[in-house]
Amino acid sequence: MTDKRLSMRDAIARYVQDGMSVAIEGFTACICFAAGHEIIRQRRRNLTLIRMTPDLIYDQMIAAGVARRLIFSYLGNPGVGSLNAIRRAVEQGIPQPLELEEYSHYGMVGRYIAGASRLPFFPLRSYAGSDMPRVNPLIRTVEDPYSGAPIAVVPPLNPDVAIIHAQRADVSGNTQLWGLIGSQKEVAFAARRRIVVVEEIVDEAVIRSDPNRTIIPGLIVDAVVHEPFGAHPSYAQGYYDRDNQFYLEWDRISRDHQQVVAWLEEWVYGVPDRAAYLEKLGAERLARLKPAPAPAAPVDYGAYQ
Amino acid sequence: MSYTAAEMMIVAAARALAGARTVFVGVGLPNIACNLARRTIAPDLELIYEAGVYGARPARLPLSIGDPTLVTGATAVMSQADLFGLYLQGGLVDVALLGGAQIDRFGNLNTTVIGDYAHPKVRLPGSGGACEIAANARRTFIIMRLTRRAFVERLDFITSPGHLDGGDSRQRLGLPGAGPDLVVTDMALFDFASPDREMQLIAAHPGVTIEQVREAVGWNLRLADHVTETPPPTPDELRVVREELDPEGIYR
Repeated sequence: MTDKRLSMRDAIARYVQDGMSVAIEGFTACICFAAGHEIIRQRRRNLTLIRMTPDLIYDQMIAAGVARRLIFSYLGNPGVGSLNAIRRAVEQGIPQPLELEEYSHYGMVGRYIAGASRLPFFPLRSYAGSDMPRVNPLIRTVEDPYSGAPIAVVPPLNPDVAIIHAQRADVSGNTQLWGLIGSQKEVAFAARRRIVVVEEIVDEAVIRSDPNRTIIPGLIVDAVVHEPFGAHPSYAQGYYDRDNQFYLEWDRISRDHQQVVAWLEEWVYGVPDRAAYLEKLGAERLARLKPAPAPAAPVDYGAYQ
Repeated sequence: MSYTAAEMMIVAAARALAGARTVFVGVGLPNIACNLARRTIAPDLELIYEAGVYGARPARLPLSIGDPTLVTGATAVMSQADLFGLYLQGGLVDVALLGGAQIDRFGNLNTTVIGDYAHPKVRLPGSGGACEIAANARRTFIIMRLTRRAFVERLDFITSPGHLDGGDSRQRLGLPGAGPDLVVTDMALFDFASPDREMQLIAAHPGVTIEQVREAVGWNLRLADHVTETPPPTPDELRVVREELDPEGIYR
């Protein structure tokens, strides 16, 4: 079994280059902020960023000037309001203009599925009657060859790199994820390179004891990064809660570009890595995010000799 | 017992869920309304969240659509491919709750931009799942505050289709769901029961006059044959909202 473990610094340096398309997925849960911050620290430029919900991580990355283009489906601070830095880029070109390529959620999911399974397009019952196809020429309508009725289609999406945060993996990248799994599996299979970031590295035997929970096989994984609390201020189900206090604070910080610059200076450029970020955040804050246990009843796969 | 306009919205939306088996929930007011319905008028109601959860039993008020409390204790958690493909597009959503920055007389919604798309005055969040929810849910309820800025003659952008140009335009486009059924606001309730599917006033909340509603709508509002007064929240409904669902009063 190949040991694919790398530090976050080495994984980003090796697999994320200027001008690439990068997908850091995770629907509210398991969003790899640690990877996003490392991309900012390494001052990547002209990236195409891909995510259904850009969330705070892309707000921070776009404010830091790493991106030229954004492919997405929902541009909000979930439960709070706007993504103010992205709005500034779109409405005022600060710190630089941002091209938008916009879908609905299911359109993004369909693009990942088509990309992962090498299909020419993905048909879906959406977009009819909406103005979205008018502003995004990649959303098209074809004739159903069986009924003759029109049906909307979206093209495949194959990011250069996908970065997936999960609870646990073995050293070769066999990855188990639970709670909201979002589109993590689909984007991983669609991408050309995959970095998996986990809360815990476990023995291969742990993975094999519960194979239904393996979302991504090591077969397609290029790097495994062990980064506890790497999804903070988002969360990892069962490990820590979403830091809603930070999502609310960001709404205030992000209203002014200079405040964002100062925040990035302090919390991203000002720390060498995730461990230093966590130390700065403080053990007390992390302890407050720890949920009480709620374990699943064990399942029995049976031994068949 | 006194109550706020937000509480009236929550209660009115919850009551309308009577008889529904499944509801596609949004965060904020809709979330409280659906949980209120499950604890009062619709005990068998299953909550579906676009994050990929069926049969959620949130133990606390979730701030976001993807809160971990939606997962713990749920009946099922699935990928978004399954959620949108098998549950929503498969036709299993009875009612979906939607909102928007702008709505027109046929219940079409804008959550994308104010102004021109290429050079927007305000860039809004966009569709999320709303475009396919509006197409596929059997029917939708729209929940938003009634203002002249929101209830407009013409949308700046159609994100999610309502009854489009009215009449049978949804069917002609092949949209599977029946479209908007009810609009719940802080001042009044509206439906689309007429054959041409134009929004009409069916009830004004206590203390609100028809004239006040008319003034808050950006077109010449149609009235139903019998405009009634919305029954005010009962003490029991208010108790569930205040003590169980939103004890900190975030959405009051």
